[in-house]
Amino acid sequence: MAARDVKPARNASNKVKKSTSTAAMTRDELFAAYEKMLLIRRFEEKAGQLYGMGLIGGFCHLYIGQEAVVTGMQFAIQPGDQVITSYRDHGHMLACGMDPTGVMAELTGRSGGYSHGKGGSMHMFSKEKGFYGGHGIVGAQVSLGTGLAFANHYRGNDRVCLTYFGEGASNQGQVFESFNLAALLKLPVVYVIENNRYGMGTSVERASASRDLSRNGAPWQIPGMQVDGMDVMAVKAAGAEAVAHCRGGNGPFLLEMKTYRYRGHSMSDPAKYRTREEVQKMRSEHDCIDLARTELEVRGVTDERLRSIDDAVKKRIQEAADFAQTSPEPDESELWTDILVEN
Amino acid sequence: MATELLMPALSPTMTEGKLAKWLRSVGDNVKAGDVVAEIETDKATMEVEAPDEGEILQILVPEGTENVLVNAPIALIGSNHEGIETASAVKNAPLPKATQAPKNPTITEAKPVRVATPKSPEDWGETAEITVREALRDAMALEMRRDPDVFLIGEEVAQYQGAYKVSQGLLEEFGEKRVVDTPITEHGFTGLAVGAAMAGLRPIVEFMTFNFAMQALDQVVNSAAKTLYMSGGQMGCPIVFRGPNGPAARVAAQHSQCFASWYAHCPGLRVVAPWSAADAKGLLRAAIRDPNPVIFLENEILYGHKHPCPIHEDFVLPIGKAKVERVGADVTVVAFSMMVDTALKAAEVLQERGISVEVINLRTIRPLDVETIVNSVQKTNRLVSVEEGWPFAGIGAEIVAQITEHAFDWLDAPPTRVTGLDVPMPYAANLEKLALPQEEWVVEAVTKLF
Repeated sequence: MAARDVKPARNASNKVKKSTSTAAMTRDELFAAYEKMLLIRRFEEKAGQLYGMGLIGGFCHLYIGQEAVVTGMQFAIQPGDQVITSYRDHGHMLACGMDPTGVMAELTGRSGGYSHGKGGSMHMFSKEKGFYGGHGIVGAQVSLGTGLAFANHYRGNDRVCLTYFGEGASNQGQVFESFNLAALLKLPVVYVIENNRYGMGTSVERASASRDLSRNGAPWQIPGMQVDGMDVMAVKAAGAEAVAHCRGGNGPFLLEMKTYRYRGHSMSDPAKYRTREEVQKMRSEHDCIDLARTELEVRGVTDERLRSIDDAVKKRIQEAADFAQTSPEPDESELWTDILVEN
Repeated sequence: MATELLMPALSPTMTEGKLAKWLRSVGDNVKAGDVVAEIETDKATMEVEAPDEGEILQILVPEGTENVLVNAPIALIGSNHEGIETASAVKNAPLPKATQAPKNPTITEAKPVRVATPKSPEDWGETAEITVREALRDAMALEMRRDPDVFLIGEEVAQYQGAYKVSQGLLEEFGEKRVVDTPITEHGFTGLAVGAAMAGLRPIVEFMTFNFAMQALDQVVNSAAKTLYMSGGQMGCPIVFRGPNGPAARVAAQHSQCFASWYAHCPGLRVVAPWSAADAKGLLRAAIRDPNPVIFLENEILYGHKHPCPIHEDFVLPIGKAKVERVGADVTVVAFSMMVDTALKAAEVLQERGISVEVINLRTIRPLDVETIVNSVQKTNRLVSVEEGWPFAGIGAEIVAQITEHAFDWLDAPPTRVTGLDVPMPYAANLEKLALPQEEWVVEAVTKLF
């Protein structure tokens, strides 16, 4: 693959730079990214509604506000690469190309869901699309993603694993253990910290003594970069550089995505830890979808075309919501299947 | 008077070792504390220091000698003029042999007692005497040759050759790509291995002991055991977690604990506990081939024990099947791992008292072979379970519950348990002995049923 020949821009120097590239996407790419971000936004809004109607139970962590991160990163990888994340995972699944109907039906706990209703919001997988979950224990997916990268390294292929986690998870011990292992073994893993500023209700300033999370890999010489995670083009540019570094056999790379979640941590969130104004300011001034739309208009995409996409996305989400409500609950026999692989 | 330089014990369970190298020769003068030789134990290579000042008068055990017993004289140190007579006096003393009884009373002898051993349903023909340690290594080597996706990962598994030398020779044969040394980060490397298994590889994770696996319990239970179910069958986790479990000897509370009940509690895991060399080899091969996460509980003291083991290249044992190690008529004693030894010894004593004991070696804890136990109890009408772990919600509790549910009408006496005492393991030798099931405990528990 071409990317193999790309020399890493920062040769393990761990010099942190802010990525601001807006020329990283062609108009068609940006258009596709816009559509994907919109799909995630509308999906999550619908999920919120279904939760309010009692059709989705348990935990439901919405991704609204952060769409540019997974979307931009997806443009930086290629088929065969892997993605793994925590429990705020709906956006990642849609970005990977998983079917919104299967995801929504899993949220409602129906047999048509990706895990036949046995996983729920936090636990879905698609090997076909390179998505390895969907993990509910904060930080656990970081070691697991390091292991996916280990498998690539072991097999000698040129695949890269994107391992996502929040700034809250970034303080977990196993995250640092994983950094050390990945750097020692030179594993092809891009650690993507989605710094949305709050781990549940605790702000990053109150949780992490590290003021620049992109430098958290510094003791292991893992190069890092801070990225405007509200700008899908900047994300793609940074992602491409990180992925090329990994694919080139240079070991792990760390990206800190500065992003923001508009909704609560989960559906039951007291919203006492930040002001309404703060959220409103991010929404009105830094929204990733507005930003992409403005750029598309600058690049000559007509309002009519953009609106037709909006309508198509809405229709697709409505179909997913309909399916999620009509798909039958799993058969009772499912209770006893998939505990062990019978050999 | 010459001083005898003795083979030192360098670990609590060491009974013998190899005299790897003499660093000083006969005629050399040494001071107390000078390094005179190197020995290899079951764990490490260590230096032997001179205990006293003097001249090395005689080397009693040449370098390269294997199986030198702890406390055996290996050299004489003294002053030149007075040593000769002493040296000649011991000249004809026999070289220490590994077959002599170990001096450490807490160590159980390697020879299994076999009376009326039933023929195994899977008769694999010719056997060879090997240690449990060798059986485990052979199993890994065979499976690694068979499947390039199998690899070993853990602390000290490669260059050090295994903290307990179980992985001896694997690095040389398979290279560092497939025998992977890790830093001391159980949580991280266990998660890494589980992730690799999710990607389709077949990791063998060696925990230096299962005590340290508690650091990684989340990855074992939440990630490895549950993913198949949570994914609706899409993504499994073919992985083996192995290492020594249970009390060793004199290593105190944090290093002496049986985890059988902890793991056996969890759906999505298989839990295996071999006793003999054949168990170790046959079951580890099965565990590596199994598409599920398997907890493979070994025992440090058993590592050096020798048993006959089939040499057939396809030898493998089924997970989930117990083995009747000794046929009896009056009472069923169920045990696993180290406690099979204890049960067999107790059976010998009871035989002399006219009680015929059937001893079942569980081999697998989960899935529990309830059928074999029930069949036995239907014949003997009495049950005693023996384990080193704690009593509360232990394996014995489960066995007793199963038998009460499935064979209540056949019971002539309440089913009972022999377990380790419900205390953290004490260090003192006398207290430790009091905390762990002894053969007399089994004898007493059985006797009470009549």
